[in-house]
Amino acid sequence: MSAVTIGLLVAAGALAVGTLALRLVGVLLRARITPSDRVQELLDTGVAVLFCALIATATLVEAQEFVGWARPAGVAVGGLLAWRKAPFVVVVIAAAAVAAVLRLVGIP
Amino acid sequence: MLALWRAVDPSTARSILVVCAADGIVGFAFGAISIGAGLPLWLPTLLSVVVFAGASQFLLVGVIASGGSLLAAVAAGLLVNARLLPLGLAVGDAVGRGWWRTLLGSHLLTDESAAFALIQPRGEHRRAAFWLCGVALFLCWNLGVVAGAAVGTTIPDTDALGLDAAFPAIILALVLPILRSIRVGRAVAVGVVVALVTSPFLPAGVPVLLALLGVLAGLPPRRSPATVIAPTATTDGTTGVTGTTESETAR
Repeated sequence: MSAVTIGLLVAAGALAVGTLALRLVGVLLRARITPSDRVQELLDTGVAVLFCALIATATLVEAQEFVGWARPAGVAVGGLLAWRKAPFVVVVIAAAAVAAVLRLVGIP
Repeated sequence: MLALWRAVDPSTARSILVVCAADGIVGFAFGAISIGAGLPLWLPTLLSVVVFAGASQFLLVGVIASGGSLLAAVAAGLLVNARLLPLGLAVGDAVGRGWWRTLLGSHLLTDESAAFALIQPRGEHRRAAFWLCGVALFLCWNLGVVAGAAVGTTIPDTDALGLDAAFPAIILALVLPILRSIRVGRAVAVGVVVALVTSPFLPAGVPVLLALLGVLAGLPPRRSPATVIAPTATTDGTTGVTGTTESETAR
């Protein structure tokens, strides 16, 4: 085995072990505690905040820079449709289609 | 798998299929991009099975392909995956008991499976939605990656297909129902601002964790029977009058 192969294997293994550890710690902690209503409310708020921050950064930022208008426009249209209770598949396809069409006409 | 399929209501099951299809195409792109970057055929496949976290896989391959150090690549990947810890804490009850369930279920924890679990009522429905999404996504993602790595030479342009807009839209559509309360809205607003303001300066993954500070802005007022309306100092520095109505809308 070449040194490059060993390096890649070790990197893949380290990311796998570290990622599983992160997942396990959260799940195991949850199994140990029986959260009170108040703590449960905090957990629910926390996960809502986490997801919304993820949506915001995944929509607007890539490699620490603004991604351009096509992606946020697509997500906005998808969000609007979801808010108006459109079927899930319509939301997803509309979001992708808006971004794709904007790029087709030259908006990045 | 069939039992899981039956335990999940048809509309949720259909939504899970849509997510699987979108992620399968992204997986295909991941496989093709990895091979296009000159990496060996086994690497994207191995990563997808043992890491199973898309954003960190793209980061790892990206850093390696651009000549960065392996250590930096792993660190960047782990930072992006750090949010899985609080996600596990929030929806860990969907995994179930027993050591193999804990191990396998933890591995199947992704943004998507967590979001599908979150919107279900606690108990059997939540467990079924989590496992169905986790297993189906694992299969589609890995099939996509293997196919992409095998084809290799033709890299699909996921940006031209607009698929980069699909992921945030998927999560947004899933979490929209839990954003009804004013208090959660306030926490979310603060969190989103924190994440966006810090994004240009911090490595990917960290701003999302910092956003959790927003939870402080959504802390429920301490209920004291003596005062129905009590002035509360909120964490964003303003002093507001908080009554009982807000806590009632939280459910």
